Order: sequence, then C-alpha cells, then structure tokens
Amino acid sequence: MKRVVITGAGTINALGRNVDETLEAMREGRCGISELDFRDVERLQIRIGGQIHDYDPEAEFNRQQISLYDRFTQFTLLAAREALAQSGLEFSGELSAQAGVVLGNSGGGMTTLDENYRSVYEEGKNRVHPFVVPKLMNNAAASHVSMEFNLKGPSFTVSTACASSNHAMAQAFQIVQSGLSPAMITGGSESMLCFGGVKAWEGLRVMSRDACRPFSANRNGMVQGEGAGVFVFEEMEHAKRRGAPILAEVVGHAMTSDAADIVMPSKHGAARAMEGALRNARLAPEDVGYINAHGTGTAANDKTECAAVADVFGHHADALMISSTKSMHGHLIGGTGAVELLACIMAVRDGIVAPTIGYQEPDPECALDVVPNEAREAKVEVALSNAFAFGGLNAVLALRRA
Amino acid sequence: MQLKDKVIGIIAEQAVLEPSDVTMDSTLEDLGIDSLGLVESIFAIEEAFDIQVPFNANAPRESDFDISSVASIVSGIERLVREQHS
Repeated sequence: MKRVVITGAGTINALGRNVDETLEAMREGRCGISELDFRDVERLQIRIGGQIHDYDPEAEFNRQQISLYDRFTQFTLLAAREALAQSGLEFSGELSAQAGVVLGNSGGGMTTLDENYRSVYEEGKNRVHPFVVPKLMNNAAASHVSMEFNLKGPSFTVSTACASSNHAMAQAFQIVQSGLSPAMITGGSESMLCFGGVKAWEGLRVMSRDACRPFSANRNGMVQGEGAGVFVFEEMEHAKRRGAPILAEVVGHAMTSDAADIVMPSKHGAARAMEGALRNARLAPEDVGYINAHGTGTAANDKTECAAVADVFGHHADALMISSTKSMHGHLIGGTGAVELLACIMAVRDGIVAPTIGYQEPDPECALDVVPNEAREAKVEVALSNAFAFGGLNAVLALRRA
Repeated sequence: MQLKDKVIGIIAEQAVLEPSDVTMDSTLEDLGIDSLGLVESIFAIEEAFDIQVPFNANAPRESDFDISSVASIVSGIERLVREQHS
C-alpha cells in the first residue's frame, strides 16, 4: 500500500477566491453568507446564501469557454488551476496516461438548467442553445479538468448529495494508495444558487432565513453555499522525489450507508463511518484532535452527529475539537467536503482550528467543544472530515500532519 | 443589413475573425469552425432569422441544408426564409 499526500489545494467559495483568502477568513471567523443576488430572488422565502459575489466569468475565460462552462465547471477549473500550480505537477507520457480526476457534485449545471427551463416554459421559446447538455451534465467539470490538464486515467464524477466530495476524494485516495496511479486530481464543486435551486431546497423547510448556527441551541436550519475545492493527491515517494510541497497526509477513509431514511440522519451510520475511518487509518480515537463536522445547522443533523461522536470517541469526545465551517461558507452540497478539507489541512499543518461561528446558546444535545466563534491555536496530529448525505450515504476522511 | 452580411457576421463571430476575412467561397473548415462551432452557428442563424434549419449533425450531407461553403449556407438561408416566412 502506498502512502498518499496532498501536494496542492485550490478553491473558490464565499470566503475567498483562493486558499489563502479562505483560510484567512476561517482564522478570523468571518462570515461569507450574505443576501442572495440573482434573477427572481424576490420570489424566494429564503434569501441568504454563501454566494460568490462580483464574480466575472469574462475575466477568467474566453467567450467560447463560457458558452461551454456552467458556473460549477468554471469554479472547478479555477480551483484546479490553483491546486496544480501549487503542486507543480505536469502531466505527460506515462503519468498522463495513469492520472485522472474524480470530483464530487450533486446538482450539475443547475443554473444552465434553470435558465433554459425558464426560457422554454416561462418565456415560451422553442429553441435552446446547442450546448445545454454538455454544460449541465454532472461530469462536465471533471471532463474539462481532464482536458485542461491532460489527465487520461480513471476520471469520473461521484454524486452522493452532501457527501459527494468526500466520496470522490475517498475514490481518488484508493486509486493512489493501491498504486493504480501516482497522482489524482480530486475534490468537488457545486453551484445551485439560482431561483430553481434555492426554491427546491425551500420546499423541504430545512433552510434558515437568517444564519447558519451549527450546534447552537437556537439553530434554525442550513444555508446553501457555492464554489469548489480541488486537491492533488499524490503518492508520497513520488511527491518527495520531485520536492513537492506536502500539505498533509491522507491516512484513511470510510464509507457507510444508513439503509434507513431518505432524509433523516442516523447516529449509527455516522458512527460506523467515523469508526471505519479510524480503523482504515490504523488510528486510536485519542489520536484525533479535530473533526470538521458535517454540522449543517439543522436540528436533526447536529444532535445526531454529536451523539455519534460521543459513541465513537467515548471520554475522548470531550477532549477533541469539532467545528462546522458551514457557518461561514454555507453548505456547498456536492462541493462541501472539498472546501471543508481545507479546514482540516489548516488544523494539522498550521495548528489553527477553524471556529463554528454564529454560536449563541449551548445545546445540551451538542455538548462538545465546538470551537465557538473564535479560531483556536492547537497542535493537531489527526483531523477527520465528516460528510453525511441525504439518502443516508456517509463518507469520512482522515488527515494526518505531514 | 443584407441577409448575406448578417450571415457572414454570425460566421465571423463564431470563427473569431473579422467579417472581411470571411469570403463567399470559404469553407467552415477553412475558417476553423469545428462541429460544435457549426451547431452553435446554426443556432445563431435560427435565432437571427427566426427560421428552422433542417440540420442533423449525425448526417450533415443528408440534411436538406448545404454547409459546404459560406455561399451555400447563405443561399440555403435565403431559401428557408422564403419558404418559412411566405
């Protein structure tokens, strides 16, 4: 079995246009959630989100590219460019043939879908632009990353709702760990902050109208975000030989299914995923210093997740830190695990634990150290990143300080 | 603007060229327009002239619309405008 390290990271999200800006915002406990700004927003009940404002596609891509890239693909490419630039990896010859890209995504080109449904249903037009399908398909981002960086190995998109990115990164981890490829590009993205995207979520009655306050007794729901996180997972010796920057080691993962309910979380399924990740990484519970929680800010998730952590970690549950950065960047759905992995990297590499902001009232059902409101300096050897999706599909990754 | 100039404008935009670089005997290949560029051009033509262009990208030669040169495209559109707007 090969050891797997992260040699590059990139992102764009409501907290920043790159990793440095994002980590700075997390250190400062800044909130990226704001008033939503898009067509027909006045017809929504929910009008806040972790939206990327003042984004100009024409500053990043040419006209031909824009006609083919949905917003989620654009975000993915920007994050991938940053990750690849940091890693310094270039793909040619045998490496190009082996390396691929596995990304998580849930809604695909939701804004493309929304705009074109609007034009044919509402405006009664009978013709749509020819690239609707290649823009909206869930694998568009992975395919464009493969084309831009010459990745010809195993490449695909994983769609498991809110766990998509974690499932994707677990696949990339296995591919490198097993020796199938010396490097993989992985992570995920999402962009469903458009009228139809938010309207659909509104229907579930789980969205907050004012803020995402994970673990706080007065929490009242989740807040959507958008963006992308992309990483270079590389075989450790391969990375060392070329003197690549090593941000952290990926030491294990686990995936479980609740097999129970299409929306309600399960303590058992979440606990099995965390236990599995520890076993897979050959870690003791006491090794874990930080958990980046799924922490959606809904009543059900946060108490279930805390109960699962208490079950898995026993007395150590009170010693470790657990925070939800969704309070700052919102819930990026299929891209959320990728942006949240940045908080885990910051914890193990920089010794800074991102806070759960918006925390106002202790909840006896979430009685863990949730790092309320302010980031904290702490030496963290191992961090877990939790993702527990609608549909009961869970994926947890374990990172260790390199 | 004449129909011909409008068509040349659409093709030039697709090819990222000046309209003066597009001549009547240019082929789409000469202009660097690939298959995706072609369907995008046809979409733009349909929008501009409010017509339906009978074109199937699977069988371009069997479609009742000749795309072998700019001239053939222009005359095809003239015919479609006559037929569909009369």
